Amino acid sequence: MQELLQYIFSGLTNGAIYAVIALGFSILYGATRLINFAHGEFVMLGALGLITLWQGLKIPLAIALVLAVLGVALIGFLFERLAIRTVSRPEPIVLIIITVGASIFLRGVGMLVWGKDAHSAPAFFSFAPIDVMGAKLLAQSIWILVVVVALTFALHAFFKKTLVGKAMTAASISKKAAWLTGIPYEWMILLAFVLSTATGAVAGVIITPITMCSYDMGTLLGLKGFCSAMLGGLGSLWGALAGGIVLGVLESLGAGFLSSGYKDAIAFGLLLAILYIRPSGIFGAKDLHRF
Amino acid sequence: MRTWPTIMNRILKPALAGLICLIGFTPLAIGADAYKIGGLFSVTGRGSFLGDPEKKSMEMAIEAINQAGGIDGKLLETVIYDTEGDPQKAVSGISRLINKDEVIAIIGPSNTPPSLAVKSFAERAGVPLISCAAGITITQPVTPWTFKTAQSDAQAVSAVYAHMKGRNIKTIGILTVADSFGESGKQQLLSQAPNFGIKVVCEESFGAKDTDMTAQLTKIRKEKPEAIVCWGTNPGPAVVAKNAQQLGIDIPLYQSHGVASPNFIKLAGDASEGIYLPTGKILVAGLLPETDSQKPVLQKYIQEYESRYQQPVSGFGGYAFDAVQLLAKALKGADGDRNKIRQALENITGHVGISGVFNMSETEHNGLSPEAFVMVRIQNGTWALEP
Repeated sequence: MQELLQYIFSGLTNGAIYAVIALGFSILYGATRLINFAHGEFVMLGALGLITLWQGLKIPLAIALVLAVLGVALIGFLFERLAIRTVSRPEPIVLIIITVGASIFLRGVGMLVWGKDAHSAPAFFSFAPIDVMGAKLLAQSIWILVVVVALTFALHAFFKKTLVGKAMTAASISKKAAWLTGIPYEWMILLAFVLSTATGAVAGVIITPITMCSYDMGTLLGLKGFCSAMLGGLGSLWGALAGGIVLGVLESLGAGFLSSGYKDAIAFGLLLAILYIRPSGIFGAKDLHRF
Repeated sequence: MRTWPTIMNRILKPALAGLICLIGFTPLAIGADAYKIGGLFSVTGRGSFLGDPEKKSMEMAIEAINQAGGIDGKLLETVIYDTEGDPQKAVSGISRLINKDEVIAIIGPSNTPPSLAVKSFAERAGVPLISCAAGITITQPVTPWTFKTAQSDAQAVSAVYAHMKGRNIKTIGILTVADSFGESGKQQLLSQAPNFGIKVVCEESFGAKDTDMTAQLTKIRKEKPEAIVCWGTNPGPAVVAKNAQQLGIDIPLYQSHGVASPNFIKLAGDASEGIYLPTGKILVAGLLPETDSQKPVLQKYIQEYESRYQQPVSGFGGYAFDAVQLLAKALKGADGDRNKIRQALENITGHVGISGVFNMSETEHNGLSPEAFVMVRIQNGTWALEP
């Protein structure tokens, strides 16, 4: 029982991180039908940026958190303006390859700026782990879960209740109709990029205290996040949340009850199974077509 | 139609010029009064933390020998190529060293996969190769021309198990990284355990880039071992240390020599307190007792390296330094004959080096014993020597 609880706690923490990364994929996909393979690198930039601001420049934690997220959002802004917007024939395959290129580029920049060694940061709060029937729940895990749920609610409210959010949804459904009603289509895409990369940075900053950060951490996290987004249904916010948590818990249970060697195999095997049985994901719209 | 003069002009003349060049310059290239020694190090790329100090140590050692008048009146000349840690680049490097530069011996490569890749080339050409990599498969089984100076994980595992035996630890759980370093460590941990009366009750693994090892540690804790051994290179083991502290695991945690650097203490923070690990003596040279025969050798090397390069010494440059010293011993009186050098290398005993005391033989081309390692405990953010 103690072990089961511990596996679930560990899975929830990891799953929540996957969920925030998946949110970033979903926001962008929902607005532009584009998958940004450089998303994991934005997570890395957020994490290492926070370490530099907080540990290196000694900026107070709260301000460093905001600065790191805003800084990465700015890089997302530049990425859209310089790399995506300038493409003369914006076909999906061209754009996706550009994002792959951007991911290699950003990883290289990360290596030059932060070096090849891993970095770590102390915990945000110094509370002792909470003991639940012998299993340890970290204060940091609770904070990650709270951030994830709050972020999903906030994004949900933004897309359903505000004019800008509705305009973004409209622009993604029909570019031409949105343009006819006076929605500035280009700005909506830019906003989607900024929002998506900012959530990536949020994922980065919340994991810094629980793990080691290095320039190449983005690849695997990006893949797991993508996996979660597919699992939940690309474009759906609640799907991203559910997909992330399901993936994290299954991974942890698999490592605990089967073998830790199969941890990643479980995640990617699950992705294959989902794509086969239900290509649109758990919460995905039915009309999603395979590509 | 082509006439004879044109053919003469177009083909024969350049060919003749080339021939004259060959005849004219070859004696110049090999005729110099020096022994050429090749070096293959991962100076750039992921393994640069190994190759860079190795290259610097080799150059430093060779310069010292040359200043003292060389060997048998001949100076040593180095030709070093960068492998970038890539087996293919190492292979093209060794081909150039053997065929173009015609070196009499080769030091390196820095990593295990390139060392295994170039081994057969050295064997075929009959050139002594002294690898600086840790993998035990480089010199086991022994092949005539291949040697190595780095300690193997087999010796590190023996040092860990000997320490456990002294503390009466009988059951352990092991947690290894899923790469070649962890796999090799796992094999050694499993195969040597019975020799020390130790039982491995749980074996788990983790990915090199995993961010959380709580599940594995929970599973190990369930089996109630008396100690946990984690075998990996940064950053994974630091995550393991952090997670073990968070879970409140209070049994001893052992790490491998793969994390024996100040960076590990920095990464794991408080969580590194009380961790045991095996390390080469260079990390704790100042703490060694005066009776240790390696202490003066180590202190001289550290002082020379740090004053020459103005940077802290690393634990890895010593592999190349030892290789140069062994080679210098073997070169003496060998008159540049490769086979004599090879035999002389095999006959070296009691050579006090940076990584340990070398006792080579026909059946042992590494020559180090588990005493090459010492056990340390991390205390107050620094190393403390374990008895």
